[in-house]
Amino acid sequence: MESEAVDVERLRADFPILSRRVHGKRLVYLDNAATTQKPQVVIDSLVRFYTSYNSNVHRSVHTLGEEATAAYEGSRKKTAEFVGVQARDLVFVRGTTEATNLVKFAWGEKNVKKGDLILATTMEHHSNIVPWQQLAKRNGATLKYVGLNPDGTLDLGSYETLLKDAPRLVTLTHCSNVLGTINDVAKLCSMAKNAGATTLVDGAQSVPHMPVDVRAVGSDFYAFSGHKMLGPTGIGALVARKDLLEEMDPFQTGGEMIREVFDERSTWNDVPYKFEAGTVNIADAIGLGEAVVYLRSIGMGRVRDHEMKLLDYAIKELTAVKGFKLYGPENVRVRAGVVSFNYADVHPHDLATILDEEGIAIRSGHHCAQPLMRWLDVAATSRASFHVYNSYDDIDALKAGILKAGGIFKI
Amino acid sequence: MSSADFYREIILDYYRNPRNFGRMEKFDIDARDTNPLCGDEIDMQIRVGEGQKIEEIKFTGKGCAISQASASMLTELAKGKELKWVRSLTKEDIFKMLGNPDLGPSRVKCALLGMKVLKVGVYGYLGGHYEDTDMPNSP
Ligand SMILES: Cc1ncc(COP(=O)(O)O)c(C=O)c1O
Repeated sequence: MESEAVDVERLRADFPILSRRVHGKRLVYLDNAATTQKPQVVIDSLVRFYTSYNSNVHRSVHTLGEEATAAYEGSRKKTAEFVGVQARDLVFVRGTTEATNLVKFAWGEKNVKKGDLILATTMEHHSNIVPWQQLAKRNGATLKYVGLNPDGTLDLGSYETLLKDAPRLVTLTHCSNVLGTINDVAKLCSMAKNAGATTLVDGAQSVPHMPVDVRAVGSDFYAFSGHKMLGPTGIGALVARKDLLEEMDPFQTGGEMIREVFDERSTWNDVPYKFEAGTVNIADAIGLGEAVVYLRSIGMGRVRDHEMKLLDYAIKELTAVKGFKLYGPENVRVRAGVVSFNYADVHPHDLATILDEEGIAIRSGHHCAQPLMRWLDVAATSRASFHVYNSYDDIDALKAGILKAGGIFKI
Repeated sequence: MSSADFYREIILDYYRNPRNFGRMEKFDIDARDTNPLCGDEIDMQIRVGEGQKIEEIKFTGKGCAISQASASMLTELAKGKELKWVRSLTKEDIFKMLGNPDLGPSRVKCALLGMKVLKVGVYGYLGGHYEDTDMPNSP
């Protein structure tokens, strides 16, 4: 699919932070897998909410209340459509971590029983491991991990073998935040379904970077975070079918999520409100809606094409540096714009410090994926990750920074 | 100070050839800590000799040049000192030992990890408890 390339220079002007200087240098922001920068339209939407129609939602009949409710629900609709579902299938949460915890508490506690098997993969983020460890411990279930091939793609043989044990839940990431590996989640979910499992897909690194149609993926649950897709922090989504949400227990209880409260018992509000207890994060939900509109105006296919070109260039340029070791698949068709690496014996933290002096922001550490670090047999990696506003210049700057570190460390 | 100045020959030398690196058979103190932010690890062992002196001290660990060089230099500084000297040790002493680098808060944690482990071990041995208030941004 060839589409017109994005005009990076023009896009960059939409992000005020990109014109700031760090240590006197142009900011080269390559930490997008951690969180992305925000375009002016998103920032403006927050300011507009607080300056002109701040009020609570779903409760007040006055003008401000009506406007806030319309904007909040409008954002739910935009966000849901963005991933191919209907508004009633989308629960606003704090982010991916809260989404997996919601599924653990509201679905897992009731449905995962003693002796049941939960399947995750070796490339999961801690937010898709620790809740299941806790659940397994509490309910007497077992948690197992689908292994990886040497190139960092999922080992289908291992997956097929483990599916024979009829797992109750299969939970996996759409896209690894370390290796960049894009999993064929539609196929993997369909295999899981055939084995009788309920499925959860972590979309924290996919929804921000490529077209995603949750219907086509076919998972029971799908989670993502607003702050990684040009939206504000503190807002994200859990997508699930209405009937599944209806069967589930509440997550948190209190205001908003109830229908009627008697002295000794209560009845629950309709989904998705049943899972949105208390005053919700109205402003940031509205900001996420703006981010979605902005991304749509570029087109997710073009975002993906752009990042794929950057990735291709980065892999070619960086692997030419002596001592550079890349982790994850080299085929950019199955890899998102994430470059995890080590460079000679320069520890990732030392590299990140040296790069920071050049105005270059990368992430160094275990990336909340310690089981994966153990599999890679490293304590930490450096990671450069892209979004649509990154340019070839950013990658040239990264390469020059790495070479500078090489000079300091006498590689 | 830029990193080019900080990662001088001497820091790199301690990083690549750490002094007092290893484990001991006989020891009186064994303390370990990690930096959850970056996964740096330091383990220190001490054999206490006559007059409550640090007769032997060794460390093992994994991590960045700052954490490893700092821990290694600290073992050299500590060897032969009385245990109570550890109580008087401050973060400024560590910065001085490293040549007063200009480190951001998260890298300060790397630089101080060795001192923290030493203090946890020695304070515990002396029947006390080290309250870590030296780390930046601690609540
Ligand atoms: C793959 C993946 N899953 C989950 C998360 C957690 O997202 P959040 O911190 O927004 O809850 C992240 C973000 O670090 C991630 O990269």
